[in-house]
Amino acid sequence: MSSNTLVIEAGRTDREYWKDLWRYRELFYFLAWRDVLVRYKQAVLGVAWSVLRPLLTMLVFTVVFGRWAKLPSYGVPYPLLVLAAMLPWQLFINAMQEGSNSLVANTNMITKVYFPRLIAPASAVVVSFVDFLISLVLLAFFMAWYRVTPGVRLLAIPVFTALVVIASLGATSWLSALTVKYRDFRFVVPFIVQFGMYASPVAFSSRIVPERWRLLYSLNPMVGIIEGFRWAILGKGAELTGISILLSISGVAALLVSGVWYFRRTERTFADVI
Amino acid sequence: MSEYVIQAEGLGKKYMIGHQTRPRYETLRDAVVDSFTRLGRRGLRLLRSSSQSVSDPGREELWALRDVSFEVKRGDRLGVIGRNGAGKSTLLKILGRITDPTRGRAAIRGRVASLLEVGTGFHPELTGRENIFLNGAILGMSKSEIKSKFDEIVAFSEVERFLDTPLKRYSSGMQVRLAFAVAAHLEPEILVVDEVLAVGDFAFQKKSLGKMRDVAQGGRTVLFVSHDMGAINTLCEKAMLLNAGSIVASGATREIVAKYLDMASGLYSPVRVPVHRGELHLIGVDVTQNGRSTNVINSRQPFTIAIEYENVEVVPGSRLMVILRNQKGEVIFTTSDYDDLTEPAANRRTGRFISTVTIPAKLLKEGSIYATVAADVRNDRMICVVPDVLRADVVDPECDPYAETHRRDGVVAPILTWHMVPVDSSPPAEQSKWEARSTNSMQRVQE
Repeated sequence: MSSNTLVIEAGRTDREYWKDLWRYRELFYFLAWRDVLVRYKQAVLGVAWSVLRPLLTMLVFTVVFGRWAKLPSYGVPYPLLVLAAMLPWQLFINAMQEGSNSLVANTNMITKVYFPRLIAPASAVVVSFVDFLISLVLLAFFMAWYRVTPGVRLLAIPVFTALVVIASLGATSWLSALTVKYRDFRFVVPFIVQFGMYASPVAFSSRIVPERWRLLYSLNPMVGIIEGFRWAILGKGAELTGISILLSISGVAALLVSGVWYFRRTERTFADVI
Repeated sequence: MSEYVIQAEGLGKKYMIGHQTRPRYETLRDAVVDSFTRLGRRGLRLLRSSSQSVSDPGREELWALRDVSFEVKRGDRLGVIGRNGAGKSTLLKILGRITDPTRGRAAIRGRVASLLEVGTGFHPELTGRENIFLNGAILGMSKSEIKSKFDEIVAFSEVERFLDTPLKRYSSGMQVRLAFAVAAHLEPEILVVDEVLAVGDFAFQKKSLGKMRDVAQGGRTVLFVSHDMGAINTLCEKAMLLNAGSIVASGATREIVAKYLDMASGLYSPVRVPVHRGELHLIGVDVTQNGRSTNVINSRQPFTIAIEYENVEVVPGSRLMVILRNQKGEVIFTTSDYDDLTEPAANRRTGRFISTVTIPAKLLKEGSIYATVAADVRNDRMICVVPDVLRADVVDPECDPYAETHRRDGVVAPILTWHMVPVDSSPPAEQSKWEARSTNSMQRVQE
């Protein structure tokens, strides 16, 4: 029993934290499970929403950008062009929306019990990930509909998915920690989501961005990821360059590292300021 | 292996509290400019760092806990007492790792479970069954542990029939029972408890206290914070008294409780009332015992509530009253200066007065009491009401350590004098009276 001596100290840099994170993995499963369960309780359509939302958005974008604005689709059915981008994008923004509020939503837990706080935003990411998995069905359906034969490139999907998940974790770490102290971020997140939709090639291919701006455009890590998805699913119509992948990976890594750093820095005061 | 399970050295916790120092806005322009500069400053602070070490004139340091050192041996049951704001909860929060100390360190050997509030993390949309698992996990139980204790928890909570009903359909009593049932089945080496016993109905409270006792007697270390001196006396053999963030005394529970009573009186100042409406203006309310203002009342002695007020106009038929409630919100009693139709009610004059009422000794139950002070015109209208203007804790220093086994039901717990007379040796007159009455009633039955 005395082997697990716990030392509480002012300003300790606890190496224990990462061990704790592992020790509390069951709580992490439970919180994720709770959030998944609660998400569609008392919703008549239930899980269908995770298919309906990307489907409806896809239809709107296809009509507005494909039909009316007549943006080029580079030989790919416009709905597929949009859908391939929609899946990672919705995973990212859902995680951000759910995650940024995750600490505040769990205020009573945070002020009453100890657990590594990173679990809260991380479990919010899991919920969005489950949604993502369900909406993959939609993608499979449309691929069959448009007779797109999946190739070996599909194997790259897990890699790009991992990148979105990491990006989501990074973004939610930042936003959830900031929301604890500054509730302003509740208003910032919807803005990021709206703005990001146009700053990322969700409704259109990044090829329509003029050549000389593309490098700058690729600084947005979501650009490489989204084009990566398009490339893996469609092959054509994607604008994936080595440099944009590299920028994405480094951007995502920076987001995660800085996010976790800020989170850890402010974490010890959460219970006091929330 | 050290016999100490908790060793705290120089624990301190500092909070920054904000003050309203800024003058009020003069014009809309000022307001706009001011909010912009503030926004800018906030933005800067955000960029610079999250922990403000920069001194800010509008903020003040507050040490909620100051240089607290103590040791707890394995199997000890330590009660932590002190007035509101003495730092008890902060201490528990630090030991429960909910918040970090600003200074000092504490070494804890063994698994700690803190029950700062039962039902933490309960989700209204989930069923009882789902909530048991969730709450168990939040309190630190593993899934297999919860599974193995599931039936016990359900049986203890008495909600078997509603296991698959969403929690939001539960009555609040059921929710509390379920919550306590989960918490009670934790098996930590160190249990930290904060006022959880004040939940549920009487029967369930008794059951909970019994369960806590079992936990404590199972050789586990318990840290218990409560205002209920009876519960502290029952559960803890040692106690620690906190005041203004520091440990003032520690030792045997009974002595510390006595010290607490002693210290609490005299430190307390009367409540000022800012309400000035109607024909009677309340100015202040005070509780005194043994001639000193206090908010901890010894139930073995009488105490006085003094109300200072100003009669702006004389209202015929008006009365001044005090309504005393307990922490469950039940009215213990209502008293007014009209009760015995004597001097005060009849001789109202304009001007400032202090009315006092003395509450007899050995009447109130242990626990918090809340006094509402009001003035009204009988059967007509309210003149003014100040709800819960006073809060005080009633403590019984001579409380029976086995109180929970014969805890007395009811909103008051008067200690009355009983007499016992053996029947055959009693005076004949007494006996005949009894007989006469019983024959009377028998005759009536025959008729």
